[in-house]
Amino acid sequence: MPIISRGFKGRRRDDAPRDRVPPGQYVTDDFPVLSAGPTPHTPLDQWDFTIVGEVDERRRWTWDELRALPSETITVDISCVTKWTKLDTIWEGVPVDTLLEGVETSAEYLTAFCDGGYTTNLPLADVTDGQAWVAYGYDGEPLEPEHGGPARLLVPHLYFWKSAKWVRGLRLTATDEPGFWESNGYHNYGDPWKEQRYWGD
Amino acid sequence: MWPETDRVKTLALDVADWPGHRAGQHVDVRLTADDGYQAQRSYSIASAAGGPRVELTVERIDDGEVSPYLTEEAHTGDRFELRGPVGGYFVWDPDPHGAVFLVGGGSGVVPLMAMIRQRAANHDAVPTRLLYSARSWEDVIYRDELERSRNHGEGLEIVFTLTREQPPGWTGYSRRVDRELLSEVAPTELALTFLCGPTPFVEAVAESLVGLGHAPSRIKIERFGPTGG
Repeated sequence: MPIISRGFKGRRRDDAPRDRVPPGQYVTDDFPVLSAGPTPHTPLDQWDFTIVGEVDERRRWTWDELRALPSETITVDISCVTKWTKLDTIWEGVPVDTLLEGVETSAEYLTAFCDGGYTTNLPLADVTDGQAWVAYGYDGEPLEPEHGGPARLLVPHLYFWKSAKWVRGLRLTATDEPGFWESNGYHNYGDPWKEQRYWGD
Repeated sequence: MWPETDRVKTLALDVADWPGHRAGQHVDVRLTADDGYQAQRSYSIASAAGGPRVELTVERIDDGEVSPYLTEEAHTGDRFELRGPVGGYFVWDPDPHGAVFLVGGGSGVVPLMAMIRQRAANHDAVPTRLLYSARSWEDVIYRDELERSRNHGEGLEIVFTLTREQPPGWTGYSRRVDRELLSEVAPTELALTFLCGPTPFVEAVAESLVGLGHAPSRIKIERFGPTGG
């Protein structure tokens, strides 16, 4: 039984469709910023994206090469573990499926690695079949550095710490290796609909 | 519970089975309306670990959902649902191999205060400097305690900057934290920085510290978002 908070009414948003707002989340129109360290600024001529680890052959794209790949514009809802959900966010990016095309691997997991040293781990099955992108555009503009630009991973079906900012590549792994927040008290998988926020959820 | 400033209150909670915490960690507070509607937010713990008492310092966000309730409706004897402690990164390190720099903007001082209190409780000898940016002297949270701590020294130094309004005779800094101010205030032999505040504040401070040559990996950041409250 929850404790009833005497006199608490709350600020409900009747326009927020409940089937799109996971439990314990509230809808915001802002785009809050969360990160654990300074915002990196890697010059684009030194930027690349690589797929490494348990792969037949390392893959690498320069910024120009990545931008030359066919991109998609996607509209998705995103949920941050700090309780906000933002509906109908519009991104442009390359599907991870495109990047993994032709990659031979026995790996079942991956670690996304980033400028600044951030990492996050995901099952490979969660970034394939149209579920994840390397996004470089937001709302019709280049993705701003504080939101992860030049490019971030976009995995909208999981809490947003899995959508690693400043992403530089994917390391495919045979075993599941907890990333930065996953080693610091946050859930290993992070499904917002199951409220998998912290260890033990 | 007691007021810290016009907008900020501290709630002392008695949590019978509290497992203890590390300075810098937060808890989730969940409120439930009588029809079952729930809202939850994260708040930094302000107190040092020890015993069943957990203090939360909450700033009222005028258009917020949870903070106006906690600062204006709640009163002594009320019960809350807590989850935590949470977070294993932005936490006090008693042995960082050098000096620690705490940089707080507004209510971003709260988890840093937990570190100052934990440091004192542990008798940690880590040289520590707090740079605290507030709008005015009236907006300084924990003012009396910080003044007392400042006078007792023991390796703890406290520097204020008041960005909007200064009391008569103010001799401290009176501008936003910029690169020049940081170059004057950041400790030499700096091992670790804890930086907490609203996003524009932490972005500017972090960028300046990196520009001054501090390693990005040694700057730990916690942000107080502008939304929700």
